[in-house]
Amino acid sequence: MKELWQLFITFCKIGGFTFGGGYAMLPMLQREVVDKRGWASEDEILDYFAIGQCTPGIIFVNTATFVGYKKKGVLGGIAATVGSIFPSVIIVMTIAAVLNNFAELPIVQHAFGAIRVVVGVLIVNAVVGMWKKSVVDKFCAVIAVIAFLLSAILSISPIWIVLGAALLGVALPVVKGAWSR
Amino acid sequence: MSSWFILFYEFFKIGLFSVGGGLATLPFLYRLADKYDWFNYGMVADMVAISESTPGPLGVNMATYTGFQFGGPLGSVIATVALVVPSVIIIIIVSKFLQRFRNNSHVEDVFYLLRPGVTGLIGAAGFSVILSALFHVKKITDISYENFLGLVGVKECILFVCMLFLTNKFKKHPVFYIAIGAALGIIFAF
Repeated sequence: MKELWQLFITFCKIGGFTFGGGYAMLPMLQREVVDKRGWASEDEILDYFAIGQCTPGIIFVNTATFVGYKKKGVLGGIAATVGSIFPSVIIVMTIAAVLNNFAELPIVQHAFGAIRVVVGVLIVNAVVGMWKKSVVDKFCAVIAVIAFLLSAILSISPIWIVLGAALLGVALPVVKGAWSR
Repeated sequence: MSSWFILFYEFFKIGLFSVGGGLATLPFLYRLADKYDWFNYGMVADMVAISESTPGPLGVNMATYTGFQFGGPLGSVIATVALVVPSVIIIIIVSKFLQRFRNNSHVEDVFYLLRPGVTGLIGAAGFSVILSALFHVKKITDISYENFLGLVGVKECILFVCMLFLTNKFKKHPVFYIAIGAALGIIFAF
């Protein structure tokens, strides 16, 4: 019981004090999970992170499940996962409740009118970064552009596009053979 | 079907299919805005801003915020739990086959194409954000040769270009730019 509580509270702390998720969480994870608690080695954390990136879901939450499961089985996995999402749920709920009361105010609408533009810029930057990392050859570029067009112009569900890309990947040797011919 | 079940089902699907972390949930939220009247395109951009400005992973914050718009605190909890249930199950299974999973060439092949695919999807979501922020329309087909000048927001376009330049010149935290955006929006009445 005590260990479950420790898993919950440790991941609460990491989730509550890091902004942005993803790799921003790595230093804090290393300090709390590796240095302080000794629940995993540094290599293991990096492995969990790498796998968390290629399994569905949120990378940080996936890492929490890994550590918790390793430490205390299924219950540990659940305790760590619940801990990892707990602070966000409370904080974001509070903000949503406050904002909904003020959403109609002109000052709030003006602020968000400009914030939406900034968000557009942030996403463009994120996509440029992802493109540099993930589009390693012309074939990848074609896939990225097709995914963009299917989603932006034809409004095809992202589920089908994700599944399609994954299936093409499974058939990669065949697909690549046809591509280079 | 009870509407709570629909909320759970939609976020379960997002948890199951959003791969790659960070903004991976974004295309799915746009899909939800299309499918239901829980929130509109502009609110998805607001969610990104709020999620970037609060602690915790973006996907979780977006689920909590979306769930709240749907049905208050209970909605928040249902959406967030639904989002993480698939990945908890998958991670527990993967844990058992960790080494085999890590060195599997099929897994590498899948991600070789999945990553660019997800990049394209998030690009499309970003495109929607920009269309709605700069032109106040949902689809590119809503803009025609005749109505273009009436739709285009001049202040918004200027801010967009300035921010694109600033964010790439000074690599500060997104919260910093969101705060500047909020201040400018109030001063210049966006």
